[in-house]
Amino acid sequence: MTTTEKLPDRHSIGQSMKRKEDPRFIRGKGRYLDDIVLPHMLYLALVHSPYPHARITKIDKTAALASPGVKAVITGEDLVAAKLGWLPTFHGFDNQMVLAIGKALYQFQEVAGVVATSREAAADGAELVDVTYEPLPPVIDPYQSKLDKIILRDDREAKTNHIYHWEVGEREKTDAAIAKSDVTIKERILSPRCHPAPLEPCGCISDMNGATGRLTIYMTSQAPHVHRTAFSLVTGIPEDKIHVISPDIGGGFGNKVPVYPGYVVATVASVILGVPVKWVESRTENLTTTGFARDYHMDVEIGATKAGKVTALKVSTTADHGAFDAAADPRKYPAGMFGIVTGSYDFPTAFAEVDAYFTNKAPGGIAYRCSFRVTEAAFAIERGMDILARKLGLDPVQLRMQNFIKKEQFPYPSPLGFTYDSGDYEKTTKKALDLIGYDALRKEQAEKRKRGELMGIGVSTFTEIVGAGPGKHFDILGIKMFDSAEIRIHPTGSGIVRTGTRGQGQGHETTWAQIVAEELGLDPQELLVEEGDTDTAPYGLGTYASRSTPVAGGALALASRKIREKARKIAAHMMEASEDDVEWKDYKFSVKGVPGKSVTMKEVAFAAYTNPAPDTEPGLEATYYYDPPNLTFPNGTYIAVVDVDADTGAVKVRRFLAVDDCGVVINPMIVEGQIHGGLTEGFAMAFMQEIKFDEGGNHLNTNFTDYLVPTALETPHWETGNTVTPSPHHPIGAKGVGESPNAGSPQAFVNAVMDALSPMGITHLDMPLTRDKVWSAIQGAQKKT
Amino acid sequence: MKVSVTVNGTAYERDIEPRMLLAYFLRESLGLTGTHVGCDTSSCGCCVVVLDGDRAVKSCTMFAVQADGHTIDTVEGLEQGGKLHPLQQAFWDQHGLQCGYCTPGMLMTCIALLKHNPKPSELEIREGISGNLCRCTGYQNIVKAVQQAANAEELVPS
Repeated sequence: MTTTEKLPDRHSIGQSMKRKEDPRFIRGKGRYLDDIVLPHMLYLALVHSPYPHARITKIDKTAALASPGVKAVITGEDLVAAKLGWLPTFHGFDNQMVLAIGKALYQFQEVAGVVATSREAAADGAELVDVTYEPLPPVIDPYQSKLDKIILRDDREAKTNHIYHWEVGEREKTDAAIAKSDVTIKERILSPRCHPAPLEPCGCISDMNGATGRLTIYMTSQAPHVHRTAFSLVTGIPEDKIHVISPDIGGGFGNKVPVYPGYVVATVASVILGVPVKWVESRTENLTTTGFARDYHMDVEIGATKAGKVTALKVSTTADHGAFDAAADPRKYPAGMFGIVTGSYDFPTAFAEVDAYFTNKAPGGIAYRCSFRVTEAAFAIERGMDILARKLGLDPVQLRMQNFIKKEQFPYPSPLGFTYDSGDYEKTTKKALDLIGYDALRKEQAEKRKRGELMGIGVSTFTEIVGAGPGKHFDILGIKMFDSAEIRIHPTGSGIVRTGTRGQGQGHETTWAQIVAEELGLDPQELLVEEGDTDTAPYGLGTYASRSTPVAGGALALASRKIREKARKIAAHMMEASEDDVEWKDYKFSVKGVPGKSVTMKEVAFAAYTNPAPDTEPGLEATYYYDPPNLTFPNGTYIAVVDVDADTGAVKVRRFLAVDDCGVVINPMIVEGQIHGGLTEGFAMAFMQEIKFDEGGNHLNTNFTDYLVPTALETPHWETGNTVTPSPHHPIGAKGVGESPNAGSPQAFVNAVMDALSPMGITHLDMPLTRDKVWSAIQGAQKKT
Repeated sequence: MKVSVTVNGTAYERDIEPRMLLAYFLRESLGLTGTHVGCDTSSCGCCVVVLDGDRAVKSCTMFAVQADGHTIDTVEGLEQGGKLHPLQQAFWDQHGLQCGYCTPGMLMTCIALLKHNPKPSELEIREGISGNLCRCTGYQNIVKAVQQAANAEELVPS
């Protein structure tokens, strides 16, 4: 069931236009990285450390070099000689080894690279690299890391495992307010380590052309321009000599934002050998070495009055960052947008702090379908509110309703420093309650409880923060987080549209055409959208953190409006009218007060090349670099209904409804598809996906038989609905949606299961809620009674 | 080692290493890159092709030499005479794909599914595609696409 709030009739925006990218994908004609084959191309395979923490005393290349087809073996020491041993991480707090130098710091860390004539020959060669390790005791638990008994990073000046402390808000005022509150809750809530695991693994082909001196890197990149700049800064190759091409991307979810050792080693190999070198990781390499997500241990405290008015929120987090601090966060925000942790509620005061630690695990902390730590923050507050409701004896919806930020309070300055743009949380929530029949479900639950049946209803009324972002606050490598659009309208009224973003399935080729078509009254089918080629696309920061529509979407609308302003001059010339008398109405130019006199944009486009106005430049093109004045704040109310089998611990998600408010909707079909996908990943985090390590630091989820992602069988049927509260500052009022369902849903599932188990006195269980965990909790509770 | 296979109606003969997987044979020896590889454990189904007209097989779990003398259908063979197969059309109509990486394997699994069960229930579709992972769509629109194709008047035999 889908209920979509209708927009007034529009030319293109708001239409469920079928996707323009699909014809090639359904024919198997997508062009993904591994589909590209270049002449004389060699293949790179990486050698990985079997130990989570070990000294490397010797690397013997002899046998590998003698293996058939092997052309080169590259080690960390070789990279040090080339001044590429270490790379700065994105926010600049740390450096990361490309290949292990002297020491391996996590299991599966890249130790050497073998380049050979085929993928098989490279893999054979990698088996023959003889590395001598002296195992060291690993530190796996961040709370052990905190004690600094074993210092993991002897390369760093500060002899501590502590990476940084970050805080926001008023600590003393918050502590005092909590101490004075009638009712308080305190819970340690874990957002466990998980992995985005896009189906296409990461990879690249580096092609150094000795004749032109140009380095072309085909790369699974969500941010090709940033990667070009990073490569230039690190290697010293002038940026004009680097060409990054990000072809079709088979899913990203944040996993394809960082720079991985494979990219660097393939590039060095291509420079040395003078031929293209391809590196494509295996699934095991993807799950064990590339950017993980979450791993936030959050101590959540909330104070409230007896009547259930919240007084203060405090969240203290211990973050496990693995062996390097490679989190892809903006420099000023090492804990990302965690400050959104006050959520949809009007807290008089709040305080949040994060302390990050090194452990012997892979680095990452990437924004997995999430705008920099928003998923963690939304989970903390929404679980916290549920625990508080239970303690107060209030319905969780009632507690939320009475603490919502009211729609009159927008723009709302949050106690942790953000200015929420718009929202109507009551409206969104009421719609959700009506659609799912909340009161009837609560009645059914009461009856079932009498019979001892475990039915649960879980609610999440979250606020997201996306669209990084205003350049004054957000940067990557010092580059402000604007984005860009370039539009060229051809003489016949079709055109080409390029942006600095790089979609990975979000449907930009369709929605970008819809935005431009709406602004210019053109046919979206005749607007070709291109992304991902740094030689042709304008500079942008890429696609992640739900930033494409809030930032590049704004650039597209404003570039279109630049074109429209120029077109107005040409239209005036064509209609022999004064420019002041020409108006843009009903998607064409007409002369005020002269009925029937009008020209279309298509006609203007032809004139722009054949009969331009005397004082105007020929042509019809524009580029716009958009630095948004604020972030956008989508919200949603999600409701999960579950039945728990007390005998097996199995949880059946009977219903799940998501009512989203992402502002103006460009393409309802695509938005709904994004929501289905995000909910499925939220479901996965709640019930299945976790990257675990044993005490010895062994990675326990190295493939898809151990790292469980949902199939069609487990995945619930999704119900959706929406409300539309436009963003007041965004040029078309859109807010972005890709990550709302991921950030908004895990807590709805967990709240539902906890609601089902609440008669047994169970307050909180950490994700994922596997059968054995739920069953054990039920057994434990039954033993107590 | 010599291998002879008929792929999408065309007979091929190649001399290959015995350890070459069928997926890489299709992709690298025949240049049919629509068949994708997404894992190393037969879990994801990106590489599914149809063997002998009605069996969905994971081509990363078969050696190319095991396909000797057999017929293989891949996503590239679905469109006939400039007309999309009803399943391709339905995936497009129902927004049954996003990044497109799982799509070829998903389509080929559904070809075999509908061959054995032309009018599957929702549960039968979900069971039928449970060997194919998709990280983008949440499967719901894929289920709708299979339903649309199952209801299409003419189901092109592949």
